[in-house]
This record gives sequence, C-alpha cells and structure tokens, in this order.
Amino acid sequence: MWDALDDFYWTYQSLIHGIGVNGILALSVYVVLAVGQLSLGQAAFMGVGAYTGALLSVKLGAPFAVSMLASALVPALLALVVGGPTLRLTGVYLAIATIGLGEITRIVFLNWDYAGGALGLSSIPERGGVPAIYGTLAVLLIGLTLVARSRIGRAMEAMREDEAAAGVMGVNLPRYRLVALVVSSAMAGVAGCLSAHVSSFIGPNEYGFETAVTILSYALLGGIGSPLAPVLGSTILTLLPEVLRPLADFRLMVNGLIIVLAVLFMPRGILPWRIARTG
Amino acid sequence: MLEQQLVNGVVLGATYALFAIGFTLMFGVMGVINLTYGVYFALGAFAALWSTQALGLPIWAALPIGALIAGVIAVILDTLLLTRLRKAKAPELASLMVTLGATLFLYAGMAAALGTEIRRFPAEIFSGGAYSLGDVRVGTTQILILAAAIVLMLALLALVRGSRIGLAIRAVAENPDAASLMGINGALMLRVVSFLSGAIGGAAGVLVGLNFNAIQPFMGEHMMLRGFAVIIVGGLGDLRGALLAGLLLGLAEVLTAAYLSSTLKDMIAFALLVATLWFRPLGLFGRAAAKRA
Amino acid sequence: MALLTVQGLTRRFQGLVAVDSVDLAVEPGTVHGLIGPNGAGKTTLFNLVSGVLAPSAGSVRLGDQPLDGLPPYRRTALGLARTFQNIRIFSEMTVLENVMTGRHTQLSSTWGVLLRGSGFRAEERQAKAKARDLLAFVGLSEAADARAGDLPYGDQRRLEIARALACEPRLVLLDEPAAGMNPAETHALLGLLRRLRDERGLTLLLVEHDMPLVMSLCDRLTVLNFGRRIADGTPAEVRAHPAVIEAYLGTGRHEVSVSRGAVS
Repeated sequence: MWDALDDFYWTYQSLIHGIGVNGILALSVYVVLAVGQLSLGQAAFMGVGAYTGALLSVKLGAPFAVSMLASALVPALLALVVGGPTLRLTGVYLAIATIGLGEITRIVFLNWDYAGGALGLSSIPERGGVPAIYGTLAVLLIGLTLVARSRIGRAMEAMREDEAAAGVMGVNLPRYRLVALVVSSAMAGVAGCLSAHVSSFIGPNEYGFETAVTILSYALLGGIGSPLAPVLGSTILTLLPEVLRPLADFRLMVNGLIIVLAVLFMPRGILPWRIARTG
Repeated sequence: MLEQQLVNGVVLGATYALFAIGFTLMFGVMGVINLTYGVYFALGAFAALWSTQALGLPIWAALPIGALIAGVIAVILDTLLLTRLRKAKAPELASLMVTLGATLFLYAGMAAALGTEIRRFPAEIFSGGAYSLGDVRVGTTQILILAAAIVLMLALLALVRGSRIGLAIRAVAENPDAASLMGINGALMLRVVSFLSGAIGGAAGVLVGLNFNAIQPFMGEHMMLRGFAVIIVGGLGDLRGALLAGLLLGLAEVLTAAYLSSTLKDMIAFALLVATLWFRPLGLFGRAAAKRA
Repeated sequence: MALLTVQGLTRRFQGLVAVDSVDLAVEPGTVHGLIGPNGAGKTTLFNLVSGVLAPSAGSVRLGDQPLDGLPPYRRTALGLARTFQNIRIFSEMTVLENVMTGRHTQLSSTWGVLLRGSGFRAEERQAKAKARDLLAFVGLSEAADARAGDLPYGDQRRLEIARALACEPRLVLLDEPAAGMNPAETHALLGLLRRLRDERGLTLLLVEHDMPLVMSLCDRLTVLNFGRRIADGTPAEVRAHPAVIEAYLGTGRHEVSVSRGAVS
C-alpha cells in the first residue's frame, strides 16, 4: 500500500507540485479579480518571488523561512511601486502597468549576470515540498473564505459589481484595490518561491506573458464566486495536458481559447456557486 | 556621431509613433484596450514578407498589402470577439480579457504554423544604397520607412480631424448613443476604425520588420510594451500625444543604447510608463478621456 | 442651522454648464424636493453633493462639516447616503447582504475577520439584526435571502432605500425614487418616505418627476432649469411662481403640469 503510494508520488511528483503551486497562483489572481481589477503581473510577481527566494537560498544559504518571507515582501513592494499610482484610475491602467511589468522583469532577469542571466539559476536546494505547498494553499483557501464571509468580502463583491455604488456605501475604493494588489502579489511571490525550491532550476523566460495569461485563465475557467472556484480551474487546466496528451503541444492555444469562451459564454466559470457573504 | 544617432532615433521613433497611433485610435473610439493589436502588427509584417518572397514584389507594393491584410483581419477579429460584449455593455475589463485570450491563442497558433525562427526580407529589398550628408549616412530603406510612417500618420490625422468620416468617428467615440440618434451608423464606424487601426498596425509591422530586418510571430508581443508606454505617455486616445511620445521613445532608446547601455535601452519604455503613471497619469497633454474612479 | 448647505455649486462639461452657481439649503427633519425639466442638472447636482463628480466651483457642507474634496466613502461616513436614478443594487448578492453592505462604515473588524473572535461575531450578528430591521421597515422581510437582482422593480427601489438607511445617514439623497413605479407602488413609496421623516427624523433631498408625489410630500422645493436655480420655496409658492410655470409649460418638455395638485 505505502509502496504503491510512494511509486505514485515519484511518478507524478512534478504534477502534484504543479497543481498546488498553480492553485496558489489561481488564488492570487482571484484576489485582484474579486475587487473588479485585472492584474497581468502575476507571472512577474511569481518570478520576482522565485528569484528572491532562490537567490537567498543559493547565494546566501538563508533558511527556507527567510526565503519565503522575502519572496512575499519583494513582489509586494514592486506592486506598490508599479500598481500604486493606477489605483485612483480605471482598471485599464493597472492592466497596462502590470503587462509592462511582465515584460520588464523578463528583460531584467535575462540581463542580470549575478542571477545567472539567460542561463537562469540552477541547483536550488530542495525545500518545502508537498507539505509547504499544500499547507500554504490550505491556509490561503481558509483565509480567503473567512474574508469573503465578512464586511470585507461584501465590500469586495460590491466593488466588483458597481464601483460607484460601493463607494457611496462607504467602501474606500483605492485602499481596497491597493491591499488586494499587494496581497495578491505576495501570494504569487510565495508560489514562485515554493515552485523554485521543488524544481531546482528557474530561468528568465518562465515568467512571461504566456504564464501571466495562463494564470488568469485559471480563475476565468473556474469562476470567482468562491475561493474554491479558481483552484478548481487551475487543477483542471494543469491536469488537462496530462490527461489529453495530444493537447499538450497546443496548451497555450487551449488556454487562450478557454479565456475567450469563458468571458463570452460562461462569465461565472464552471463553478458558479457563490459563497455567502455573511459571517 | 550624435547626428547619426538622431537620424536613427527619428526613424525608430516614427515607427513607434505609427504603431501607437493606431493602437490609441482603437482605444479612443472603442474604449477597449485591444491586445490583438500586436497580432496585426506581426501579420502585416508576415504578409509583406510573403509578398516580397513569393510574389517578388518591391517593398513599396508589399507595404499596402501588409496593411490591407492586417486591416481586414482586424475587422474580422473585432466582430468575432467584441460585438457580443458591446451589445451587453460589458465592463471594459471583460473586453480586455477576451482580446487577451485571443492574443494568446493567435500567438501560439502563429508560432505553430509559421515557426519561431527569425525571418528576413530578401536582400534585393535593401539594394538601394545610402546617402551621405557629411558624416551622417541615411539608407534608402530608412528614408522609405520615415516617409511611409509620416505619410500614414498625416493621412490618419487628416482623416480623423478633417473629414466627414472623421467627424462621425469622433461622434461615435464621444457618445455612441447620441451619434446613432444623429443618424450615424455606429457599427459601420467601428468597422472603419477597426480596419484603419489594424492597417496602421500592420503597416507599422512592415516598417519595423524592415528597420531591424527581423520578422517573427512574437514581434508584436515585444512591441506591445512600447505601445503601452507610448499611449500612456501620450494620453490614452490622444493621437497627437501618441505621435510625440513615440518619437520621444525612439530617440531616447537610440541615444541610451549609443551612450549608456543596450540593456538599459529596453527598460526605457517601462520607466517612462511608470513615471507617467506616478506624475502625469493622464499623459503629456493631460486631457485624455480617462475617467477617475 | 441647515443640515445641507450648497453654495455657488457649478459644474461645467466641455463648455456646457450643467449646474450653474446653485445655492441650496436643506433644513433638518424636512423633505426637500429638487425639481425641473429633464436636463436641468438635478442628477449632476446629486453627483456633486455625494462626491461622485468633482465640482468646477462652489462648496458643500453637511452641518458645519465642509465636504469639498472628500471622496464618496468619506461623505458616507459623515452621514450622507444616496440612491441612484437607474437602480444600482448589487444584483448578485442576496437582499440581506445588500443591506449589510450598507453597514460598511459602521463596522470596524479587520483582523477579526480572520480570527473570528467574539468581537467579530457580535458585530456581524448586530449588522445582520440591523439589516433585518431595515428590511422589515421597508417591507422586504420575506425576500431577505433572495438574489437581489431577482426582485421585482418596485422592491429593488425599496431595497436601495433600505441599503441607504443602513449607512446611518443624517441626510438621504433620493434620485427619482418613484421612476418606473405603478400608481400603487408610488402610493406605498409616499407612505414609506413620510415615515422616514416622521418616525425616523431623517432629512431627505429628492429629485422626482412625479409632481403629485412631490407636491404632497415635500416641505420645500427648489426648481432648476438649465442648471440654474429659478425658484425656491414651499410647494404652494413654487407652484405659483411665474418662472416655474414658464419653465414647464414654455418648453413643453414635461408631461405633468405642476398645477395639477396633490395626490391624496
């Protein structure tokens, strides 16, 4: 029995890690979508978290906890600098600024010799693994569910439905947008750090536009009625190329198509159930 | 040396300006950041490449073919992707997301169909030689690029600002409902704008492909960062702002690459973008149609 | 002292002056009507007072508190609530959740949301109880758990009023509360608004086109035309004002003449 489980784990190790990490990423983009904004910087935040954590582990031999903490803080700071000024403007500005951020982080990693340049960073120590990944995912799922079922969750949903009306209800719109963006970037950074420490290698091209759009597709496929929905979306999209092998080569096209179809025909996602907003 | 860099900067800036002017026109009229714009850019370049290679056309004939094909595809994609959302008066971010998904689909599809290796125009395209003015050398290709960009931009500005169609387009941009009450065919105008901006984007793709002599499916994706920087610096929806900001970015990039470092060059667009958001979020002229929340 | 004082309020849109140096004083405990032909600038004035739009000139005070430059959420915290002309309830939420959203500025828990201590639970319980009270007051108790977007039109209007009341306002701005209502619904609305003033001591400023409702409900009226104030006074005074008769009859833009009198 245990041997079978062990075999299973070793065969599907990277898939198991991938489902957990992508679940965290799906939740990170959910947080921003839940206040009616759009961030296309999730891949960049993930990359910055991955590089921060990996550099600390590889170059300075920092403990894993320190790497994790830093991988949340640095992207959060970046979110403040890049997203901060857009929060008083319409959502289009945040979307544009975060697309720009994605492109620029790629260029920076590509040219940053200390971090390996185009070759990336390798021999990252194996840390965290399944317990850390799924522990983080569980904590975030529970935390976001509690937040949803409170005055904060009500304010968030109100913003998403009608910003002007939410403002008149007394919701401090810029502050909610800011906190959502910062929390979301920290979550993506942590996902990057966790993923870097189970894959031993990271490179500058892993966190580009395609990754950002893929992360968005998790939440659009799953829906954002509850925190569970984006995680379901990411799980399906992570498993899909494994189950349907021929699809693997067209993974990006499938993700793109899913976004188009979801927005046009299934705006509530495949899990339209809506979490109650009272505590 | 500086004079040479200025010439190169103006040529590069003109292509950026052309790219951005089509992009910002699309936003100004439709109110949607349409990310498929980068796809029209690449398609225009590929169509021109094909015309020169397969049909053996000279570049001045390939340019309008690239623009035309990109424009037609822009109209088709706009109809497929955005008609439904426009009818439902969906939030602007929904439209942005649809174009985002379509962009990912199209880039990946182009990469699969056309391959990701860099393609080049046939050598005879560049056989025109160069003119020397003192120390400054100006290639005939550069002259062609600059002339084409200027002519196209002036034509677009004249059309939008000085013609009856332009008046109708501006009316639709201002208030679609009121425009339709005045007997303007709004759906037709949106198609005209789709075509125009798609064609401008395609033409920009041809000229940029020519300038660097490098064409590949993802060229539009990398161009988009510059496009965003230029339309934000110029003010969303502001054609003249885009023109000016495009020239500015081209000059800044060339001068940085020449005197500082070429890595820094790629960051200028982003630095300008973020600085504008912090200090002048409505752009150079500060009168863009940005609604404050 | 007036509860709401508007002085010289002006808003220009690209050459068009939508609201032109308007003065307005709303006395506490009264229902004040804002009337005028379509396009007179009434909704723009509401948007200026509630902070959704920024004025080109002029000032707004609530009691002795200047509101100038404050975003909408700060004005709500100071006791200003409003409803919208085209109903803007949160249609995906339940009816109860809509009203609880109105309690936003009255609630304070942040970390408690995650820790779920007794403070948080008590606060949430009180918010729910208060919301149920308000639903009972507007007559929507039965619908508390329905999806707000599924309510009939008239009920959505009442829900929007309950949600505004949840903000614990001193002044409520009502933008065409009777729009789209049938006579029976309008009659019920009239009763509800009267009870707001008489039982709850609230001050109301309302924009309304239903003249019988306005005439029988309002203590005082201000008339706008082309962004300017053309008359101000009791309903009887306003009805006899030549400029008002001119504005309504002269332009022919309104179907109901002011002189038609009150509903009983």
